[in-house]
Amino acid sequence: MSLETPPTDTDSLDRRKLRWQRRLEAVRNWLNVLKADRMGQIGLTILAVFFFIGVFARPIEISVGPVWATVQPFSLAPYEPGARVAGTGLQGPSWDHPLGTTHLGRDVLSQLLVATRVTLIVGVVAAFMAVFIGANVGIISAYYGGWVDDLLMRITDVVYGVPFLPFAIALVFIIGASLVNVIFAIVLILWRGTARVVRSQVLSHKQRPYVESARAIGASDFRIMYVQIMPNVLPLISLYAAFAVAWAVIAEASLSFLGLGPPGMISWGEMIYDVRSAGALREAWWWVFPPGIAIMLFVMSVFFIGRSLEKVVNPELRHSE
Amino acid sequence: MGLREYIVRRILQLVFTLWAFVTLLFVLFRMVPGDPTTRFVMEYPTPEAREQRIEELGLNEPLHVQYIEYMSQLMRGEFGDSTHYREPVSELIFPLFLNTIVLMFTALIIAYTFGVIFGAAMGWLRGSRFERGGIVATLMARSSPEFWIGVILVWIFVFQLGVLPRSGIGGYGDELTMNVIDRYVNVDFLRHLILPALTGAIYYMATPALLMRNTMLEVLKADFIEIKKAEGLPERTVLYKHAARNSVLPLVTVVAIATGAAMGGSVIIETVFNWPGIGREMVASVTRNDYPVAMAAFFLMGTAVIVMNFVADLAYLYLDPRVKYE
Repeated sequence: MSLETPPTDTDSLDRRKLRWQRRLEAVRNWLNVLKADRMGQIGLTILAVFFFIGVFARPIEISVGPVWATVQPFSLAPYEPGARVAGTGLQGPSWDHPLGTTHLGRDVLSQLLVATRVTLIVGVVAAFMAVFIGANVGIISAYYGGWVDDLLMRITDVVYGVPFLPFAIALVFIIGASLVNVIFAIVLILWRGTARVVRSQVLSHKQRPYVESARAIGASDFRIMYVQIMPNVLPLISLYAAFAVAWAVIAEASLSFLGLGPPGMISWGEMIYDVRSAGALREAWWWVFPPGIAIMLFVMSVFFIGRSLEKVVNPELRHSE
Repeated sequence: MGLREYIVRRILQLVFTLWAFVTLLFVLFRMVPGDPTTRFVMEYPTPEAREQRIEELGLNEPLHVQYIEYMSQLMRGEFGDSTHYREPVSELIFPLFLNTIVLMFTALIIAYTFGVIFGAAMGWLRGSRFERGGIVATLMARSSPEFWIGVILVWIFVFQLGVLPRSGIGGYGDELTMNVIDRYVNVDFLRHLILPALTGAIYYMATPALLMRNTMLEVLKADFIEIKKAEGLPERTVLYKHAARNSVLPLVTVVAIATGAAMGGSVIIETVFNWPGIGREMVASVTRNDYPVAMAAFFLMGTAVIVMNFVADLAYLYLDPRVKYE
């Protein structure tokens, strides 16, 4: 051990620089792939539009104690989505109501725009949490091995045996339909895929020299797992995050379509549930098509982005097209 | 580790997973907030009737006794009585389960037949406009929740063209009292089957199509394809006999997993088309607090998933001898 010089400050600085370079490299890699990937560009564009709509559809007010602050002051949605603005009875598209109205005289376009936010929240939050749990389970399981691995993987196996949607339905029904519970039910299942894939990746990284040398200098387990190994599996994790967003959005839409969505919140799935329960499926094409197309476009944009991320993770794919 | 040891271990795992799933189910349905009787017991005119009902359901026993009773019931294939229909759940649920199986198998057969052909064509014609359009179309289908595909099909075929029935599985009377042959073997049933099966097929087709395309690309890179082409075999023969046949193997495991997963997905399709299957019954029974039925439906779907995952693992083992038994 006497041969080794203790790490100096310049040493760790260099290493930090290197790490940042590696990260920048990964981002640059993706940008390069994107340059040649039409679908990825389209996906990003669509997603950006949805983000814009989600943020600006309605004013956001935040209250801290007695102080109210309007963070986002104006509204893209022309009307209050839940308000009766056009008498009753279905009305087809007109200048006042570009996507017509519901049977209760509510503006469909406003509902469509405002619902974007629910989708974004559910998709992003659920995916982030699911991938966070899954990645940690995968890393810890692979790194420690032994009984820890056995225990965590048996739990993962059990979760793999749970049918996703029926479970979400039962759970949401038992604990009550709210935005938090819907996300909770989705997260509880969605982490399983990430856990397995991250585990198998970490298993291979564990054997590599850089982990050995880190251990030799006396790096802690935590440090090896999260500082050394984690950045290497991060591209894979981000790929799974993209797919998780897609599944979370489909799951939320399906729950809402069954009438189990968060009450008092308009989402695209719930709009279609409303058309169906109003018995307007036959006539009101202006009411039923926009939310379905919105769901499809949103999920598709995430898939497109996932595909281009896949090419970064698995460079072989780049040459096959 | 030897092959036999691996299989034994895998079977033990299967048993463990089933046990854990069933226990989870028990916990889940006891997690109901507040007094369980308020959810398990519907309105009764008198407190005595309520007491009696609680006793009948065994809800007054300690939890571990309830658990043992519940487990031994499941072993015997009993699920108690439905609180809504007031009849044994097992009698009620098996015809429904059969309806679901008929629907999902039809959907999966269509999806995998056409998915494989479509995917092979995409792989073969790589770089073409057909391939690019094909990928976009598959991703579009994959991006639409099942209910959305169903709604579009209903809108086209029922409302615009008026050629197909909108819901149910047959035109006349109580479909469930008929015997199996009468129920499934008639033109009317087939007409009712088309739209829901097509909905599932469109949704499930993306996986085999994309997977088939990817493995085709791999296989087409292999030397033996070049050799076959150089031998002067017609393109068609090389495509079907050599490339496609070698690409289709990895799909076997996917079919098994998809079959299990389809049981869960049937919930949505059955709701859209009012298909009297286990998924629709599950949603209905959950909303009317009929827990014995909901639990039984959930149990059957979960068991299907677990068993099919097991089958997928064994199939994988059989197909890829290089797999390490870890």
